[in-house]
Amino acid sequence: SPARELTQNPLQKTWEPYDNGLPAGHSAQRGVCMTNCPTLIVMVGLPARGKTYISKKLTRYLNWIGVPTKEFNVGQYRRDLVKKYKSFEFFLPDNEEGLKIRRQCALAALNDVRQYLSEENGHVAVFDATNTTRERRETIYKFGEENGYKTFFVESVCVDPEVIAANIVQVKLGSPDYVDCSNDEATEDFMKRIECYKNSYETLDETLDKDLSYIKIMDVGRSYLVNRVMDHIQSRIVYYLMNIHVTPRSIYLCRHGESELNLKGRIGGDPGLSVRGKEFAKSLAQFINEQNIKDLKVWTSQMKRTIQTAEALGVPYEQWKVLNEIDAGVCEEMTYEEIQENYPLEFALRDQDKYRYRYPKGESYEDLVQRLEPVIMELERQENVLVICHQAVMRCLLAYFLDKPAEQLPYLKCPLHTVLKLTPVAYG
Amino acid sequence: KVDAERKKTFVLKMPMELTQSRIQKIWLPNDNRPALPRRSCGPQLANSPTVIVMVGLPARGKTYISKKLTRYLNWIGVPTKVFNVGEYRREAVKHYSSYDFFRPDNEEAMKVRKQCAMAALRDVKLYLTEEAGQIAVFDATNTTRERRGMILNFAKENGFKVFFIESVCNDPTVVATNVMEVKLSSPDYRDCNSTDAMEDFMKRINCYQASYQPLDPDDYDRELSLIKVIDVGRRFLVNRVQDHIQSRIVYYLMNIHVQPRTIYLCRHGESEFNLMGKIGGDSGLSNRGKKFALALSKFVEEQNLKDLKVWTSQLKRTIQTAEALQLPYEQWKALNEIDAGVCEEMTYEEIREQHPEEFALRDQDKYYYRYPSGESYQDLVQRLEPVIMELERQENVLVICHQAVMRCLLAYFLDKSADEMPYLKCPLHTVLKLTPVAYGCRVESISLNIEAVNTHRERPEEAKKGPNPLMRRNSVTPLASPEPTKKPRINSFEEHVAVSSALPGCVPQEVPTQMPGQ
Repeated sequence: SPARELTQNPLQKTWEPYDNGLPAGHSAQRGVCMTNCPTLIVMVGLPARGKTYISKKLTRYLNWIGVPTKEFNVGQYRRDLVKKYKSFEFFLPDNEEGLKIRRQCALAALNDVRQYLSEENGHVAVFDATNTTRERRETIYKFGEENGYKTFFVESVCVDPEVIAANIVQVKLGSPDYVDCSNDEATEDFMKRIECYKNSYETLDETLDKDLSYIKIMDVGRSYLVNRVMDHIQSRIVYYLMNIHVTPRSIYLCRHGESELNLKGRIGGDPGLSVRGKEFAKSLAQFINEQNIKDLKVWTSQMKRTIQTAEALGVPYEQWKVLNEIDAGVCEEMTYEEIQENYPLEFALRDQDKYRYRYPKGESYEDLVQRLEPVIMELERQENVLVICHQAVMRCLLAYFLDKPAEQLPYLKCPLHTVLKLTPVAYG
Repeated sequence: KVDAERKKTFVLKMPMELTQSRIQKIWLPNDNRPALPRRSCGPQLANSPTVIVMVGLPARGKTYISKKLTRYLNWIGVPTKVFNVGEYRREAVKHYSSYDFFRPDNEEAMKVRKQCAMAALRDVKLYLTEEAGQIAVFDATNTTRERRGMILNFAKENGFKVFFIESVCNDPTVVATNVMEVKLSSPDYRDCNSTDAMEDFMKRINCYQASYQPLDPDDYDRELSLIKVIDVGRRFLVNRVQDHIQSRIVYYLMNIHVQPRTIYLCRHGESEFNLMGKIGGDSGLSNRGKKFALALSKFVEEQNLKDLKVWTSQLKRTIQTAEALQLPYEQWKALNEIDAGVCEEMTYEEIREQHPEEFALRDQDKYYYRYPSGESYQDLVQRLEPVIMELERQENVLVICHQAVMRCLLAYFLDKSADEMPYLKCPLHTVLKLTPVAYGCRVESISLNIEAVNTHRERPEEAKKGPNPLMRRNSVTPLASPEPTKKPRINSFEEHVAVSSALPGCVPQEVPTQMPGQ
């Protein structure tokens, strides 16, 4: 049979086969479709071991790289069912009533997982609960098998009392459970809560659990045990988990100073700084000095305007080509008026779906995210960093840190001569 | 305080004048200030040099991992070299007699073996401190705490970081397979038959068993940076990853596998632009290109593969080629041809006319040369790294791509340097079939006998050989894994095989050069 005709999708500029005028199968876009069957990530660990922290962060990362992911926190289901939390006694292992409710909540959450993965086009579900017994994990694993999901366990093991105390202060004291308690009362109750789980805790075992796919994170990332990684997405998850850390630090994002082309209302190109842009660079130097940042790394793109800006700081900086501004292809160095005049269809399409819209012979925001992923990974590894970049690039990075979805990303406000200072706090 | 003073001075002076380097198109300050350490292309991958120390009984894949990892690191631009103590031993002891050499009570031999380890470490130091090496892979059993302690002291004295890679495997089938793959053909056993060799080698392994102290990250070795690879990658234990490069190494090791499989590389069928001599663009297939696509379909069918994945770029010509296969395929933007920037859709004559300086610069240094508003081979390597990583994860894959892209991928598999990469021969209508074998890659070149234009440009006579050493610094510069300091006298792996379905009048066979470095 003759080869099918290819047509270029006007929005994304991708070539797709058509069969009798209808888009045909047989072709997938790498980068978005990374999973074949859905994946169920199951958190494991005593309370205050960072399970929810990891769940939320991992979910944010996976969504940003284009893998539809959602977390299901069983504690949240419990709070919705049991309107008022009284005390740790709810979690006593012999509290029949409590056990019944908790089991109900787990099942309700799993039901929602099933709906998300099988009916709502979710790719990954993160099941955030203690899941500390083998029995509970077997139930979940069977659930996964029945529904055709791959199951991947993420266990956080930590015995350092300082870390646990810090976790409690960071995220437990402010929990809805303890809204009417003093800090001391809350801490005392929470410690007793943890005790309730200890006796029945069965850590993932080298022999008993040898056929499961999992990562065991020990002491907040000092060491890891990785067992039977099954596919690409699990491999990416492991890599991500091994690169994140919890050391306090700040990330500064800003654009280059105003450029000559900015002044003329033209997009793209590789112009130098305007007079005001140079003033900004000087101010930025002063600002950085005043911030008194320990071991600040400075990153720029390979475009003149970011490098000129960095030069004013008088400190070493690294140039990353992947931080270059979005490539506007045939529209490079045009004004928006000129684009509207010369490429009215393109102009309209961009407003229709700004995230997926790819400039002819250029890039889309979606492309940007893919090329920026190594930057995000390295930002996770680093501590204090100043990234001097560009509008579209900054929007992508910001969307990652602030968990903004694709629809909002291209409209995030990133004005010139403004620095965004990001500091990790609690779960965000 | 000195830094603060320097900072203040700079804030006051501030010309911010930059010049763009002619070949790489990198913006650099054009006054001759004492150079602030400046990285040109991407993250600084490592600060202090690193010694990677392999650990494990014989036939556990240490040399396999050493060579493969070294090839990967060199390709992504981190100068890396393997130091295989066994090779030093073969130089020192001209003739291997039997496993008796390795008996723990053989004092004479123990002395020699320790000397060889020391000699290798001396060369490690030379490589890392005087030869611009970044990573040295110390390939030996290193099965005792005493030996590892000695290496740690050596590293500490010299300011090197240390990262241990231990391979643990107790599956007798795996061990036996390893022995057959790479030990029976070792120079040590060139005068033995397979059975005798196997028997001797198993006794050799036994010599190490009693004194083997595996890495113990829970207790004795809890401060060390290490990865334990268990049962050929079923399981990993990772402890104290210190920096970016160690993180990349761990990720790489966790993605490689040893399942037999084949990788097929080819370009799209001849395109309309190929016919016109135009580079780049997004044209469709010519008639001959369509014929090739059909021939490729037939070829793939004849290969009778289990679960073949097919990857294309997002340019029309590769997709059209894949369409003829009538198999599912995945489009990767990362596989798009090198962006020729302002030279897109021009012929070489037009480029020579309209951009004579650019034309000359490219011939001067084709690997680093970046087209104005376009890309360089160096940029390509960076963008192709996720493709390589996924190729390592996969099994049978056919990659339908483009000339420059294919050269980059091929350079990775065949361990070619930056200097050679832009001149590797990747003609149209020819499939390269890559099969992992022993420590490297067997390559077969298969022409499908459909005529096409020749798009290959040879390295011009007057172009200098070798990248400018000044430009190599801090940049993504694939190097071929360097020759080991002590060469084995007999190759321990197969030569490449060129296969063609030769018919009169077909395109001349252009066979890419040979095997990976030793």
